[in-house]
Amino acid sequence: MIDFEIPEKIAQICTVVESVAVNMMRPVSRYFDEHEHEIPWDYITFMHTATRAMGGSSMVPGTSKSEGPRIGFQRLAFMVEMLSWGDAGMYLCTPGGMLGSAAVSATGTPEQKERFLKRFRGEKPVFDAMCMTEPQCGSDTSAIRASAVLDKKTNEWVLNGEKIFVTAGQKALVDSNGFIVVWATIDPKAGRAGMRPFVVEAGAPGCSVVKMEHKLGIRASDTVSIVLQDCRIPFDNILGSPEVITDKATTGFKGAMATFDATRPIVAAQAIGLARATLELVKEMLAEQGVTIRYGLPRQKMTLIEREIVDMEIMLRSAWLVTIKAVWMADNGKPNSLEASMSKVRSGDVVTKITQKAVELMGPVGYSREHLLEKWFRDAKISDIYEGTGQINRLIVARQILGYRSSELR
Amino acid sequence: MYSFEPSDEQKMLLDAVSRYATNDLRPAAHDAEEGHEFPLKLINKGWEIGLLQASVPEAYGGFGERSVLTSVLAAEELAFGDLAGALTVLLPGLFVLPILLAGSEEQKQELIPPVIEADWKPYSAALIEPFFDFDPSDLRTTAKADGDNYILSGEKTYVPFANKAEKMLVYAKLDKTTRGFIVPAGTAGLKVADEREKLMGLNALPFYRLTLENVRIPKTALLPGDFGPVLDSSRVTLAAMAVGVAKAALEYSRDYAKDRDVFGVKVAQKQAIAFMLAEMATDIEAIRLLAWEAAWMLDKGHTEASKTAYLAYTGAVDMVMMVTDRAVQILGGHGYIREHPVELWMRNGRGFATFTGLAVV
Repeated sequence: MIDFEIPEKIAQICTVVESVAVNMMRPVSRYFDEHEHEIPWDYITFMHTATRAMGGSSMVPGTSKSEGPRIGFQRLAFMVEMLSWGDAGMYLCTPGGMLGSAAVSATGTPEQKERFLKRFRGEKPVFDAMCMTEPQCGSDTSAIRASAVLDKKTNEWVLNGEKIFVTAGQKALVDSNGFIVVWATIDPKAGRAGMRPFVVEAGAPGCSVVKMEHKLGIRASDTVSIVLQDCRIPFDNILGSPEVITDKATTGFKGAMATFDATRPIVAAQAIGLARATLELVKEMLAEQGVTIRYGLPRQKMTLIEREIVDMEIMLRSAWLVTIKAVWMADNGKPNSLEASMSKVRSGDVVTKITQKAVELMGPVGYSREHLLEKWFRDAKISDIYEGTGQINRLIVARQILGYRSSELR
Repeated sequence: MYSFEPSDEQKMLLDAVSRYATNDLRPAAHDAEEGHEFPLKLINKGWEIGLLQASVPEAYGGFGERSVLTSVLAAEELAFGDLAGALTVLLPGLFVLPILLAGSEEQKQELIPPVIEADWKPYSAALIEPFFDFDPSDLRTTAKADGDNYILSGEKTYVPFANKAEKMLVYAKLDKTTRGFIVPAGTAGLKVADEREKLMGLNALPFYRLTLENVRIPKTALLPGDFGPVLDSSRVTLAAMAVGVAKAALEYSRDYAKDRDVFGVKVAQKQAIAFMLAEMATDIEAIRLLAWEAAWMLDKGHTEASKTAYLAYTGAVDMVMMVTDRAVQILGGHGYIREHPVELWMRNGRGFATFTGLAVV
């Protein structure tokens, strides 16, 4: 039965998260934008304490079968939407399992899940990160060169390569006892079939953060380059099978894609939160100037500003619904690759359009750093780039609706 | 608790509607458009599925309870077959549903059962006016009280089957708000144009202009309730129908692109085309969900229902134009030829900005 009622539990959590966003994020938004690479510890410590008090270790839903209907991904999407409404950069500093844990959850054994994820339940806040992109390849993840070779004498994997654009890599490896998930090939000739995710824990020898990027936006969040030089990790840190399956099955790559199916709607939710913040602020600023939006008018009778605002509301609400459907499918064990990518396509478009339009509409006020609109414009753009650019997600949607394999639609 | 899964009951209904839309409406659509008429038998077959009947309680001759959500799901399926056919099948609803929503108990008892219990027959409603800035909430047609009567004056356009409808609703401005009035055919001063209107699309459905020159009707002809819920319903229905038309255009152009060779591959294997299809599919999904939410809100009496219905409709107008335009583009020269249906869908697609009030569920 089709239903659009927000689950009661989620509504309650959102009220709490909203007060975090209002009280702990918005007041320092501008400060951390202008002090790149400073770490918002107050927010981090608070979130860690609060998550522990609620008995959780991360916001990422577990895989254990709980009683009653599963709403884990829906809850996560709502929380992320609200935190990003507070501040998109600071949200990325939220401790606990994020992308790395999502990979562990999607492809790890029960033993690995316990071993790697328990650190999030400790006293100190801990971070993880996902390392996919390399200097020579971004969207074309099958071209990854980072390699993992098994040293049979010591039963260790030896990793070599360079990873760039690692979100929160500094916090995962240097500022906390976290881990990164590194995608590397165990057989360069095998292409996608040889790709595997490896867990590299903080302090692993041969793994170092070599660069922190200076970015257009989301400056509260660190983005780093990581070099792996004969980095040795235990054999059991491989996620998935250590064998290359010869019948061209691409399980390793599919593991990566399964992770993205779970995380793309969450990135979409992040975009939506930022877009909502922007639209709300624009409407508030307009209201202060005595401009109200007359819903229900035919287009021919609207002012330009009314048309823009109404169009923004349509984009925002519809993109959010696509996102909710994608996470609802994840919670219900329905394959959601199509919907996950649709949510990312739509929300990436929507947040960039809304934030760009907001700065334009508000004129000199919008462009000024006295207000947050210009910051949100800069923060927004990343949503259409990371976790699969808008174009990569269009490819995925197109392949799905056309019934094409990747070789048929490149 | 969120869910995006129709109930088993809804699925059964949609199955029946989908069969009718695909097997009956779609194959007849081209000739109906070109020949300016649907066979009555075909329309009656759609009528017998009982969509309207299921929206009307037993007390008034129906067998159900109105659910905007269920109706909106069905409206999408019907319009997927053909828009003019969908509007024609649902035409008696233009008369019945506003009475159900805004009529007095007496009006419901007297007027609804004869429509519901019979075969499909043309009834009508006159809302749209022939001006560029037509606004359903600020009509130029007026109603003035005069003793025991109202006097209606104004001009209407896009009035379906006005020549044959034995009764219709006429919307007019009374004390600054839009209200519905029951006007029987042949009332003095009510003038139906001799010629059908000539429109860009929807040619299978006969529309007429209407002139009201001091049309005197008894006070009991006024529907006592608000026009608001009728307008909300119309907007969300049109949004769903736009989704249906867009889905038809997407599927047709997708299949064409998978079949047609270009530079040694299929057209669909070119990113320029594949990306268009991906965006079409994404926009359709987004607006479909917005229409569903609006319908769900209307059923719940949600405070945001009216606004959401408006957003869904406005979004659907742009979405269906974009999707149908691209469908024609993907077929290239063939898209421009009337043997393929996409040019008709594009003409119909443009009309959604204008069709306010032509469907109510």
